[in-house]
Amino acid sequence: MTSDLYREHILDHYGNPRNEGALENADISHERDNPVCGDRVRLDIKLKDGKVDEARFSGEGCVISIASASMFTEEIKGKTIADLKAMDDEDIFDMLGVNLGPSRANCAVLPLRVLQEGLAQWEDRLG
Amino acid sequence: MDTEPKLDPMMCRADFPILQREIHGKPLAYLDNAASTQKPEAVIEAVADFYRNHYANIHRGVHTLSEEATTAYETARDKVAAFINAPDRRGLVFTRNATEAINLVAFSWGRTEITGGDRILVTEMEHHSNLVPWQRLAQEKGADLAYVSVTDEGCLDLASLDRLLEGPVKLVAFTHISNVLGTLNPAEEIVARAHNAGAQVLVDGAQSVPHLPVDIAALNPDFFVFSGHKMCGPTGIGALYARPALLASMPPFLTGGGMIQRVEREGASWADLPAKFEAGTPAIAEAVGLGAATDYLSAQGMEAIWAHEHSLAAYCLERMSELRGVRVVGPTTDCRSGVLSFIVESVHPHDLAQILDSDGIAIRAGYHCAHPLHQRFDLPPTARASFYLYNTEDEVERLIAGIRKAQKLLGAAD
Repeated sequence: MTSDLYREHILDHYGNPRNEGALENADISHERDNPVCGDRVRLDIKLKDGKVDEARFSGEGCVISIASASMFTEEIKGKTIADLKAMDDEDIFDMLGVNLGPSRANCAVLPLRVLQEGLAQWEDRLG
Repeated sequence: MDTEPKLDPMMCRADFPILQREIHGKPLAYLDNAASTQKPEAVIEAVADFYRNHYANIHRGVHTLSEEATTAYETARDKVAAFINAPDRRGLVFTRNATEAINLVAFSWGRTEITGGDRILVTEMEHHSNLVPWQRLAQEKGADLAYVSVTDEGCLDLASLDRLLEGPVKLVAFTHISNVLGTLNPAEEIVARAHNAGAQVLVDGAQSVPHLPVDIAALNPDFFVFSGHKMCGPTGIGALYARPALLASMPPFLTGGGMIQRVEREGASWADLPAKFEAGTPAIAEAVGLGAATDYLSAQGMEAIWAHEHSLAAYCLERMSELRGVRVVGPTTDCRSGVLSFIVESVHPHDLAQILDSDGIAIRAGYHCAHPLHQRFDLPPTARASFYLYNTEDEVERLIAGIRKAQKLLGAAD
């Protein structure tokens, strides 16, 4: 095994990312980058009946951040706002299913950070 | 030179206990020397021996251990001053690192000398340590911060320097060797031009002092800074060199014990140099360790170390040029050090670093604390391999093999 991180399912999501692209008229649309490594992830989310109806991502970055974003768009589909707000870093590590060192954990949680910031701004807008 | 000094990296390797270590079952190939260097047994032992047999606080103590510790600390100052051929030991101030030394200058000299409308020159290839303190000073004082440009080849544009020096420049702050491009700047020439224009000069020697002979007397900068941990010494110790007369004219940086002559209820007077700039109990054992590091490096010969790194970098450049999809950043001329930043097409440097690590190879990935330089060249984050006296051609081969492996794994190979 080359490296514990580069398991088949991770490389698959990196090589064939799911839900890549943008959504028009998204309810939540947010982007964030990691100035340390230059990774950038944007999330577009459409809600229906208080749940995630559709989610897409775009961005550039390392295998971990892109695979995480790809899996994340699948993971959050159908979740309620309350579900989304309850998500934490552990959920991301569980979702990826690989052991991340402290330096790569930042790459993995980038999509979650985008969601958290995007949610906060969305709620602000709703007042 | 009749006899070209030659360095045997295999002999050097035996001096570094950590190089015997395995990482993920592979021998460690440590290629992250621009970030920090490993420590030879002589340095580790000097620090341990100091703590085991001679440790006490320095100065003012009358007891034997305090005298021994004071002698060891001040002997370390002599060694470090001699290592860079500094004209006067009183101008050698111990700091935590190069960053603290630059902050000392920005705070003490800068806040006194820089006023609104003054210009401070830095270069596009500075790392954040030699940039952010000047940004802050310029903002505080309403001064102008201007950048000497870098050519497309990755060298400083001296014509741009000359143009900028036509204005009222108070300070030129530049790096001796770029930590990203590996460019060795013509420091003597830049110092001379800046002095001719009436500006003072700070040279950041963090990447030069560890790797080549540095002669402060010949270079003649107003301020020169470097870090101990990048030259086989401990962390937490570095130095500022400035002429004693200049240091004497500057107000203290940190105040407190150790830096005063006399304290009354209403005020205090300052100690003689260099104590005036060393408030509080300094990093005594670390200074002793740095002294031992200069002994170690001098015994290997700085000319020989530079020649070794230079030939290793040239070898690595050649091997990388044979790889598809690999681009090395920085000059291809002779004026470069053993720092190689590179981009592997379709492989993010974090992934490359991770995959190399699984083969025991340590490199760095990211912006290397030099965001403006990456912006200048419109560079994505880069991977960086940087060599030192203990690195070998065999390790370069392992790096090349590791890059190929990453390309294959991530589907970037042809």
